[in-house]
Amino acid sequence: MPDVLVPILTAVIPVVIIGIICAGVLVVASKLMAVKEDERFPAVRECLPGANCGACGFAGCDGYAKALCDDPETPTNLCIPGADGVSRQLSEVLGVEFADVIETVAVVHCSGDCEHTRDKVRYSGIESCAAANIMFGGKGSCTYGCLGYGDCTAACPQEAIRIVNGVARVNPSDCVGCGVCTKTCPNKLISLIPDTKRVVVTCSNRDKGALTRKVCSNGCIGCRKCEKVCPLGAIKVTNNVAVIDYDKCTECPDLGVCARSCTTGCIRVANLKSGSLPSQR
Amino acid sequence: MDIKGLLIILLSAAFINNYVLSRFLGICPFLGVSKKLDSATGMSLAVIFVMLIATAVTWPIQMYLLVPNHLEYLQTIVFILVIAALVQLVEIVLKRYIPALHKSLGVYLPLITTNCAVLGVTILNIDSGYDFLQSMVNSLGSGLGFFLAMVMFSGVRSTLEGSDIPKSFKGLPITLIAAAITSLSFLGFGGVIENLFA
Repeated sequence: MPDVLVPILTAVIPVVIIGIICAGVLVVASKLMAVKEDERFPAVRECLPGANCGACGFAGCDGYAKALCDDPETPTNLCIPGADGVSRQLSEVLGVEFADVIETVAVVHCSGDCEHTRDKVRYSGIESCAAANIMFGGKGSCTYGCLGYGDCTAACPQEAIRIVNGVARVNPSDCVGCGVCTKTCPNKLISLIPDTKRVVVTCSNRDKGALTRKVCSNGCIGCRKCEKVCPLGAIKVTNNVAVIDYDKCTECPDLGVCARSCTTGCIRVANLKSGSLPSQR
Repeated sequence: MDIKGLLIILLSAAFINNYVLSRFLGICPFLGVSKKLDSATGMSLAVIFVMLIATAVTWPIQMYLLVPNHLEYLQTIVFILVIAALVQLVEIVLKRYIPALHKSLGVYLPLITTNCAVLGVTILNIDSGYDFLQSMVNSLGSGLGFFLAMVMFSGVRSTLEGSDIPKSFKGLPITLIAAAITSLSFLGFGGVIENLFA
């Protein structure tokens, strides 16, 4: 053996031996002290997307899978990114009844398009909502409304948002309800709504009615008519704009009565499930 | 070795040569896990635990394996190897026998595998020429010092959370400034311990 190899080997061999001993101890320990896992766990875990988004309310997909195995009461429809497909798989693996997943869809609470509102200034700065918003709330006369430079369009991972006629519109059939756009909008115009809901308020202007009316003919003037007609008491005008409490807005005996009674047409009927946009009255 | 000497080692490891605030080892968990008191406590307890076990294993390895074979230059890699394996073993054992503790230590236990404070304490024990008992006491002191720094700093951070901070300082900048001031305050301990037993 050449002399040069001796110091190398005297260094390598002890380290390798220590490594092998450690590995051996770990193997023995993991075999001896293995904690018995539910045999359904790998199958259940396999169904879940593995994005660890936490939308189900558990700590990651592993946490949800564990809860599903341990507690038969855990609903199988909590995985929102996985939607109905995952829920169906889960119900097959666990042998329970299939439960429909209530997906959420992003909705833009503004309908101040080019026909219904005007520009108050000419803006030639950076083409971004965040930048435009710093300059006196953007070029539009309504400082609460959609700025129209498409920060949400750029942020949307599904390319579900487009600027149509100066206002961001979400295509519900492409929207996966991730909520990225809700954080991007400088005016906080976008919110996530369960796709079972049928009516949306498309205005966020918090000014008094007369002021709102001056800047946008589609704006909510806070007349409280919708409050009065809603059979479930789900609509409340707060800060001069109608807000729907979606916990109360459930099985409506007179669907769309709020939209029909709205004087400015800012409450609209939509079918978020089938993917139709909130249509104008 | 008398009790007094051990006490000096314990206290100086915890206060004067505090691993986080004076030696700047283990800064990553200090900034990363100090946001909430309970996670800071969990992390610190896990660190104390692992530091003690790591010292108990690495000191004999150094003295009875590396030194006799003139392999001291392998110290770092062997220690890392042993500590990593050890932490995994501890995790397996805890999961089996003390699931409650395993759950409360949670993700922090595997995180410690590569914590430089743990490697630091084992190597500094050897460098300081401590015997086995002194090494163990030094590890305990260092762990307690880490615990103290974490708990104190989580208090500082929860106070920061509720204060009106200029926008440009929000987040990491103010955290680093607060860490620097906390570390400055530990300078005050210098010289105290020696005089305590004089």
